[in-house]
Amino acid sequence: MKNGTKATAKKGTGKINRVTIRISGSGGQGIISTGMLLGEAIAIGDERNVSQSQSYGPEARGGATCADIIVSDGEIFFPECNLLDILVAFTYEAYEKYASLTREKGIIIADQSAVDVLSGTAETIKVPFIETAREKFSKSIVANMIALGFLSGYTGIVTGGSLLDVVNDHYAGSKHRDANIRAINEGFKLAREYAGSAKVFI
Amino acid sequence: MTLNRKSPRGNPLLFIQGNEACVYGAIHAGCNFFAGYPITPSTEITEGMSVNLPGIGGTFMQMEDEIASIAAIIGASAAGAVSMTATSGPGFSLMQENIGYAYMVQLPIVIINVQRGGPSTGLPTMLSQADTMQARWGTHGDYTAIVLTASSVQEAYNVTIRAFQIADRFSTPVIVLLDELIGHMREKVELTMINNKNPVRRKLPEVPPEWYFPYKNTLDMVSHPAPFGEGFRYNITGLIHDKAGFPSSVEHEVINRMEFLRNKIMQHCQEIWDYREFYTEDAKYLIIAYGSAARAARGAIETLRNMRIKGGLIELKTVWPFPYLPISKIAEKAKSKIIFVAENNMGQLVHPVNEIFSNSVKVFNINRFDGHAIDPYEIVDMVKENIYA
Repeated sequence: MKNGTKATAKKGTGKINRVTIRISGSGGQGIISTGMLLGEAIAIGDERNVSQSQSYGPEARGGATCADIIVSDGEIFFPECNLLDILVAFTYEAYEKYASLTREKGIIIADQSAVDVLSGTAETIKVPFIETAREKFSKSIVANMIALGFLSGYTGIVTGGSLLDVVNDHYAGSKHRDANIRAINEGFKLAREYAGSAKVFI
Repeated sequence: MTLNRKSPRGNPLLFIQGNEACVYGAIHAGCNFFAGYPITPSTEITEGMSVNLPGIGGTFMQMEDEIASIAAIIGASAAGAVSMTATSGPGFSLMQENIGYAYMVQLPIVIINVQRGGPSTGLPTMLSQADTMQARWGTHGDYTAIVLTASSVQEAYNVTIRAFQIADRFSTPVIVLLDELIGHMREKVELTMINNKNPVRRKLPEVPPEWYFPYKNTLDMVSHPAPFGEGFRYNITGLIHDKAGFPSSVEHEVINRMEFLRNKIMQHCQEIWDYREFYTEDAKYLIIAYGSAARAARGAIETLRNMRIKGGLIELKTVWPFPYLPISKIAEKAKSKIIFVAENNMGQLVHPVNEIFSNSVKVFNINRFDGHAIDPYEIVDMVKENIYA
């Protein structure tokens, strides 16, 4: 495999030259909608260039499913992710499958339950997304929203404001809106707990 | 708080798939009839039209297969509807016979083909540009095809609108050739034509019905068959026909009909040709590509220029009629030494390029056909390999 277009995430410049993110888990965890919300928040809220795609075909049904987001302030010439800067994994299967695709200087954010033995060379941090969702919200489905909040707080790849706005838009008039907003804020809070090791991508 | 979804020009901003962008494009262009049969990777177009058309007084028909789908949109077009269908490889093959019929009877229709890989059912969920030649030569007989394409979601929106305008302008089928990558990925789109003041509407003849001939040669070489049901009575047939539409095998009428079908498009190439140039002024190494391959080529050009290698790109927006003239002019002016054709297939676009440069300039083909997008670095490597060879 070729190296792909080189990713650089210079700290403090405010400019991004291609950052690749993969959200992965199993069908029914809201992976695809998480990817769409993240993409929309960055593209329209933060006004950066984004292309977002997802796995189609047999692998999209059950098993590991993923949504890819590529962020850049320049043109996105290669809209496929063959090397990842950020991997978010909700299941062990997803972690095992994609950890090795994560760049050495990238970061893996995995649900606590998803990591057994470390694989890949990228730094891996374990966060209790599903556990927090169960404990504080009594439903594991909001785990993806907690992860979005965490991703924002921890990496800065998306601004918290845009994230809240996009969720507000999508769940306007829905009974799930408040829980989702609270879950994102919970993610922000978790990110602050991990702040010591935070990796800044912008 | 909600997101600000207005562009500086006040148009809506959406984050949607290329296929969904085609739906908005079609609606904003004035499309009011869609018949189709869902097939990956074009299904979202069919789905989107089924949701949107009824609300604006249009008609959506789910047909039993692609043969019925193309037949339905030709029939709707004969009745004056602004009609389209969407499909992918296997469905496009099924449509070919009737696409030829539409060329012959000169009815405007739009066909979007979101290309997938392989012959037969092939690679339904993966990227390919392997219908490049089928879009030009898919149906039997001599004819001239108009085929447009796009390399981003915004362009998918724009090109769909243009396809309707061109189909109406020349009263002929227009094929929009996308690939799976563009169809399925989500990007930001500005709906620039949401308040389109001039949606495509079929015009009525300016002469009274008794003087009317549907296939009479006009000054600008285009004939526009009148919508059925408006009092203009004429015959429609796939046989070679005279100006009234009745079958004819008289020599001069055959020649007249055949030349007319070609000339109405070839004499207006300047109107149809669309392409973008990147660093072509001094491009010693010129890349030619369309769709997602052109995207990769743009990345490759930036890298090559950083290495002080004089690469340039002609990105085709019109694939057919092939822009022979502009390409040869650009290459001549830049004194290009090597031409590279990048495409997601085993070599199709390279053929018309070879025709231009047969003896004068070396032409190399950069191919990828594993269902994945071409990586800009593949192009950079290929260019470097060949210029130092």
